[in-house]
Amino acid sequence: MTRGGVYDVGKIRKDFPVLSRKMNGRPLVYLDNAATAQKPACVIDTIQKFYREEYATIHRGVYSMSQEATERVDAVREICRRFLTAERTEEVLFVRGATEAINLVAAAWGRKFVGKGDEVIISAIEHHANIVPWQRVCAEKEAVLRVIPVNDRGELLLDAYRQMLSDKVKMVAVTHMSNALGTVNPIRQMARLAHGAGALFLADGAQGIAHQKVDVRDLGCDFYAFSSHKIYGPTGIGVLYGKLAHLESMDPYQTGGDMIESVTFEKTTFAKTPRKFEAGTPAIAEILGLGAALDYVGALGIERIEAYEQQLLETAIRKLSQIPGVRFIGTAAERAGLVSFLLGDIHPHDVGTVLDQEGVAVRSGHHCAQPVMNRFKVPATVRASFGLYNTVEEIDALADALGKVGKIFA
Amino acid sequence: MSHPEPKLSHLYQEVILEHNRSPRNFKEIPNPTHYSHGHNALCGDDYHLYFIVDAGGVIRDVGFQGAGCAISKSSASMLTGLVKGKTVREALELKNRFVEFMTSDGLSAPQKEAVGRLALFEGVREFPVRVKCATLSWHALGDALKEGDARP
Repeated sequence: MTRGGVYDVGKIRKDFPVLSRKMNGRPLVYLDNAATAQKPACVIDTIQKFYREEYATIHRGVYSMSQEATERVDAVREICRRFLTAERTEEVLFVRGATEAINLVAAAWGRKFVGKGDEVIISAIEHHANIVPWQRVCAEKEAVLRVIPVNDRGELLLDAYRQMLSDKVKMVAVTHMSNALGTVNPIRQMARLAHGAGALFLADGAQGIAHQKVDVRDLGCDFYAFSSHKIYGPTGIGVLYGKLAHLESMDPYQTGGDMIESVTFEKTTFAKTPRKFEAGTPAIAEILGLGAALDYVGALGIERIEAYEQQLLETAIRKLSQIPGVRFIGTAAERAGLVSFLLGDIHPHDVGTVLDQEGVAVRSGHHCAQPVMNRFKVPATVRASFGLYNTVEEIDALADALGKVGKIFA
Repeated sequence: MSHPEPKLSHLYQEVILEHNRSPRNFKEIPNPTHYSHGHNALCGDDYHLYFIVDAGGVIRDVGFQGAGCAISKSSASMLTGLVKGKTVREALELKNRFVEFMTSDGLSAPQKEAVGRLALFEGVREFPVRVKCATLSWHALGDALKEGDARP
């Protein structure tokens, strides 16, 4: 898998042990990557080796194993910095995932800098994780939460967004890529507009990180949040990127060990970022697993993954369009990684159950994006989401299985 | 490894599919004496149940409206057919027997007999995440017809 060479998906699949298993007696066709992605052997091995041979805490021990663990965690912070093209490693915070990352910004930045009558802007196609934290801050601070509307294709209305911007707006928090529709938002342009109004810009990268190159400086993000488990790393770990000046201006999120400089019962002084935001012993093994995952994706080349997945997406759109009754929810010009659809009036859960029996794993439900479902007037959709190891043959298997659903419910 | 189709045909029995296509008593009843809203936030199944119960505690009319999967809709449809004409107490007893039928670890012959025609939902037991689809409307019935409302 040399950079620039042929994208050998057969060879890549061998890196993922779980892909060789069966589900309900059929070869597993895993198309729920937007929920969570499978793990390559290098990630699994890194975690196992750490626990079997290298395990020790970080930042505390004077013994060699602890110092080695500390250095390796520091090295992963550098891997993350490079992956995001951030300026400094101190701008990379380890958190539990994108959800905690957004909650951290809402609590540690929002509660300090959002005041009465201020405004926070989100969009109509956000995951609950980028809605509820802002709702709570706005309720507490008597600020106003405003929502960028979306057209029938699932694209944000940028003119409406421009009109919403004013000096009242303190934060614009928008998803890089919609988990329910696949829409890729023009976040570079949206960040520039936010900055023009004096607001900060946060991108929820839970989906975006795995499907295209993210250069936080080029995109102009003040904050970028992502979860390790959606980019082939372990669960329980994620990253919040924040510009150093913002992180320094913020109060701590949680308090405790590892995030202090000195503690007496009278006064505590806090450590500098990133440790100011990393109270307690972190998920050390998971951090190392994340490092292995980003190295794996980096070696494959995120641009090549993007190009390959776009072919998969186009194939899926073409093949599913030929199935009677298929109606796509989300048809944005700029989209990636997934198709969200309905099959006639068959409920998505019934579709999902039949596909499961055919070995095809998809998500059926509201995708933690109920406002999106309400906007498109559907209770739920079927979502097939792609990863770097999926194949055209698997899309054929999906299409065949959908044919069987149609027969059962004819 | 067993072939998957029998499991599926056991789940989606023809009677279930037919009720899904043409649900019975799929109507709102104005001014019901008893009403409940059954909602499963996880999967979005969402039904309103309406009952007319007379002074003697007999269910004179029942209707339901809403949206959800084939299992939940057919279960609600069959519920309406089965409880119409029954007393509130009989309906609640049937609810208890059906919930036990769907959720007990093993299944005895008397347990199957106790639910009558509803035994055709047995195939749903092989799909644990779908059991709540089958029981949703019955739990809603339990909420609507509280034990205290049951008269002799």
